[in-house]
Amino acid sequence: MEAGMIRLLIIAVYLMLLLMLGFFASRLFTGSKNDYLLASHSIGPFLLLMSIFGTTMTAFALVGSTSEAFKEGIGVYGMLASSSGIIHSLCFFVIGVKVYGFGRKYGYTTQIQFFRDRLESDFVGVLLFPILVALIIPYLLIGVMASGTVIQTMTAGAFANEGMFASENLAFAGGVPPKIGSAVICGVVLIYVFFGGMRGTAWANAFQTIVFMVLGLVTFVLIANKLGGGESLLENLKTISAKVGSDHTTRESMSQSKFFTYLLIPLSVAMFPHLFQHWLTAKSVNSFKLSVVCHPIFIMIVWVPCILLGIWATVPGVFPPALAEKISLNPNMVLPAMVKMKTTPIIGGLLTAGILAAIMSSLDSQFLCIGSMFTNDIVEHYVGKERVSDRAQVWLARTFVVLIVAVVYYLSLLGYKSVFAMGVWCFSGFASLFPIIFAALYWRRLTAAGAVSGILAAAGSWFYLFQKSEYGSIRTYSIDIDLPGVNEFSIMPVVAIFLCTLIAMIVTSLITRPPSDATLAKFFAAEDA
Amino acid sequence: MKYVIWTMVLILLIAHQDSWNWHDDTLVWGIVPIGLIYHACISLAAGFTWWLATLFIWPKELEANSDPALVNAAEVPVQESN
Repeated sequence: MEAGMIRLLIIAVYLMLLLMLGFFASRLFTGSKNDYLLASHSIGPFLLLMSIFGTTMTAFALVGSTSEAFKEGIGVYGMLASSSGIIHSLCFFVIGVKVYGFGRKYGYTTQIQFFRDRLESDFVGVLLFPILVALIIPYLLIGVMASGTVIQTMTAGAFANEGMFASENLAFAGGVPPKIGSAVICGVVLIYVFFGGMRGTAWANAFQTIVFMVLGLVTFVLIANKLGGGESLLENLKTISAKVGSDHTTRESMSQSKFFTYLLIPLSVAMFPHLFQHWLTAKSVNSFKLSVVCHPIFIMIVWVPCILLGIWATVPGVFPPALAEKISLNPNMVLPAMVKMKTTPIIGGLLTAGILAAIMSSLDSQFLCIGSMFTNDIVEHYVGKERVSDRAQVWLARTFVVLIVAVVYYLSLLGYKSVFAMGVWCFSGFASLFPIIFAALYWRRLTAAGAVSGILAAAGSWFYLFQKSEYGSIRTYSIDIDLPGVNEFSIMPVVAIFLCTLIAMIVTSLITRPPSDATLAKFFAAEDA
Repeated sequence: MKYVIWTMVLILLIAHQDSWNWHDDTLVWGIVPIGLIYHACISLAAGFTWWLATLFIWPKELEANSDPALVNAAEVPVQESN
């Protein structure tokens, strides 16, 4: 059987397994909104760790990390992975745990419910809802586009004999086209989210996280063993590593100031609406402990092998010259090309399932979360809880999700090239809202006007810099600052946006009336006064 | 202990900016670039630091508030409807 067809069959079996998992989870569905959106707060430490980790690791963790290391070298690990290890757990600890406490105490499902209550303002919800949805759309777009590309690359040749799916690029010829691959992935995720709700999503995430971690490590060993041309694994690793240029084994081509300011980007997890919802699924506050401790270690387990594969791929001779030229034009092909060349079709199919697992474990939470935001923050808030039944709200959530997915799918067909740059802009937007959630939890003096000013400052400065980057077309856009005696000082746009938010929020809060005593008593212990 | 742990987090953030490894192309065990293994160690150190945080500065008051038995008893049961 043709290698592409074998890989396609393995992908199909994997997707069927996921659908079955969603169906099984639906057997435990009680029919209530609380169960559908928060799994009735039943998620224990292991499932919480796996679902949160799976949600924060996107296609970028496997495909993107390898391609970025191929382009930039080992610095990518420090810039994106070790920084996230520190900052993500920090956010789980200082934001997640506290938010969980309030969520359980006052019955919140979404961030906006918390902000409306804490800030005594309805308007803050009206302002945040479109901003959060707009920021999630590019995040969804990354997953939807990446899934289509991965399926096409890995199934190339499957239909070559039938003369179907011809492509000018021979690396894709006979492979399932992205518009079909992306549609199937969206469909599968929608079905298991619809059937299983949050419980199905958490189970699917845990299952998929195990799949992509195990298969990632197996593939790494298999590929590494084929690269050096020697007998033993150790000998092969030494041979290939010795051939990598110093531009990839050091960070000599990377700006130190940019590296430093990248630290702000992982703060985005504190404002991800889908993560907020995952936090609230926890059975108890102790369920968080495993996530806080293991998250940095899990990031290391996934990223280090990918970074090594990326730098080894730069060694001349790893790819045939014609393929090497194509890869230099599209580095996202590095991992799929290595898997196809250095492993068997069955391993290739399994790893493709692993990559899709990483993508889908983010998409499912995001799909569910936008549905929750729509029903809780718009329908229930403005129409009234008593006028729409639980079951009707679940259906409204599903309808809204389908509409958003249709928009994202349409955007994916436009073939936006700088999708990963778009991801950085999306994370920068969420990270810039970090001061608002932090102040809401720890600063008694934060007022509704202060939060609204901060949000508007974030949105305005984000849009100003985004259009300066030609709407993400300048992939490595940064702000260059002239400092006397310093050769190069560039910072990520997130720093400027973050500062605008912080200053607007603090100044406006200090000149406006403090929150009422009742609200302060509700959210702050007496000893904090 | 609170101050010790938050100091450790601060040290991790400072250690993350390892300018001393910037141009060093040493391969540890002849395989892994020193800059990469250094940052992998930062990830392990982060795990260790957060483990200490869960041991010594975990919010005990939230632990009591989120006890499933207590919270479920206090929650208003969700009305199922068709």
